[in-house]
Amino acid sequence: MSSESNPSRWHIAILLAPAVIVLLVLFGGGLIYSLLQSLGWQPLIGQTRLSLDAYTNLLFSPDYAEVFWSGLAFSLWVSGLSTVISAILAVAIALLIYQTARGIRLWTFLFQFNLPVPHLVAAVGMLFLLSQSGLISRGTVALGLTSTPADFPILVRDTAGLGIIIAYVWKETPFIGVIVLGVLRSMSDSYDPAARNLGANGWQRFRYILLPLITPSLLSSSLIVFAFTFGAYEIPALLGVRFPRGLPVTALRLFTDADLNARSEAMALSLLITLMTSLVIVVYLWLRGIAERLT
Amino acid sequence: MVERHRGTPDIKSILRYLLLGIMGLAFTAPMIAFLLNAFARQWFFPQLLPQTWTLEAWERLLSGRSEFVQALGNSALIASVVTLVALILGLPAARVMGLYRFRGKRVIEFLLLLPAVVPPLAVSMGLTVNFLRWGLAGTWVGVALVHLVPVLPYVVLILSGTFASYDVSHEAQARSLGAKPLAVFRYITLPMIFPGVVVAGLFAFLISWSQYLLTLLVGGGRVMTLPILLFSSASGSNNTTIAVQALMFTAPTLLLLLFTSRVLSRNALTGLARL
Repeated sequence: MSSESNPSRWHIAILLAPAVIVLLVLFGGGLIYSLLQSLGWQPLIGQTRLSLDAYTNLLFSPDYAEVFWSGLAFSLWVSGLSTVISAILAVAIALLIYQTARGIRLWTFLFQFNLPVPHLVAAVGMLFLLSQSGLISRGTVALGLTSTPADFPILVRDTAGLGIIIAYVWKETPFIGVIVLGVLRSMSDSYDPAARNLGANGWQRFRYILLPLITPSLLSSSLIVFAFTFGAYEIPALLGVRFPRGLPVTALRLFTDADLNARSEAMALSLLITLMTSLVIVVYLWLRGIAERLT
Repeated sequence: MVERHRGTPDIKSILRYLLLGIMGLAFTAPMIAFLLNAFARQWFFPQLLPQTWTLEAWERLLSGRSEFVQALGNSALIASVVTLVALILGLPAARVMGLYRFRGKRVIEFLLLLPAVVPPLAVSMGLTVNFLRWGLAGTWVGVALVHLVPVLPYVVLILSGTFASYDVSHEAQARSLGAKPLAVFRYITLPMIFPGVVVAGLFAFLISWSQYLLTLLVGGGRVMTLPILLFSSASGSNNTTIAVQALMFTAPTLLLLLFTSRVLSRNALTGLARL
């Protein structure tokens, strides 16, 4: 689209400078400083020698290893299951809306409704809905399924992280779903009738026509969900238990620990979380490139 | 593509609308729970609905100089300043990213996307330690600065989409008629990109408005915003108070949905998923 005579490199650099410098200083600076601190560089308490102690402590020392490995397993479990359930539900609902004749605008609106609702509100909402004296528990009493709060399963602050998973599924399903719905709506109307004329049944039309078309977008948006849920704090902090505890919650507790020595471990843990999510995001960018070439 | 049954509804389409209804209920259920709780006076366990209703929590929370009103004010102030600064910093960059091809563009794109998607923990911890030394920790200016990290990338990403379909030749015409640079921006550029600026501004406001972790770390508990207050209420206060705070916190975000429900780019959607 560059209809203007191509501007000089200086012109481009000067226009980019304000945003790029602010981000480099704040984002890059913050990241580098926490890297230095994770390597034990704390001039305030007289430590300037660099070492990998914080990382080896976190992974192997009796003080931290159990918290780290159980937290890693817990975070992988929560993010993995949340992502898979969200992806399946998202495809199911997107297909349901796509194939519905009446009220498409209403259904789409309801599907998108919680898209801009913050994670913190999702967590508080789940406290209101899922706790043993919450709204759903009252509903099961009205239906005669339970009679006391104790009859209702523990879904909030449970050791398996079920409340956390439900909150993430509630928050992230519309994100994947709206993207999938967009792909469905942008594809040609002729595939489905053509396959039908050739005698393909409903499952075959989904498996061999729709699924290959939505797969790149589905995978890339699922990866983003995995990355976001793996590094997010609010939901596991409000809906989780002391043990096992999600990695981001542990990182923040170590950071606010009265013992300043725990800071190196807090920074090391945060950087490990950042590293793991960044790897997922690199795969996401690669997949998104493929998805954009396809649509 | 669609089986249309205008006449008698069959089992299959009844089931379809039933499932869609359940879907709609599931995604709005927390808001329904907040609304019920926010006006409930007495609501003992097995009762499905509150027995008596009240505005007591609203009156208490919205009166004068309550902690809640102060948090509301702080949140609005920080989000407004962050929005303005992000738009001023982001507009020139977005123009370049949307209009031109140049060497190193992929690197800049990557640099912009990274802060938008990487979890804020490590960055904000590193910044907090430095801000403590510079006297910025515990101040609203420090909090606003750190909010730029997640906000600025989205402003540039959304606005560069606007500039990608922007015709620069109008500016050249205005210049040839003798318009000065400021007049060109005021009368040509701004009106043409205005819809994009509104959407980018709404996103910027919303992303700042809903930050919890960055505010907690850099604010150190001394900058009380709505999410900070809501989080501490959620682990202590009564349900009516929590519900009112949650509703007030969510209201602007739902307004955004009404504004932008039509066209949401992939980047914008990712921003919403991140909130």
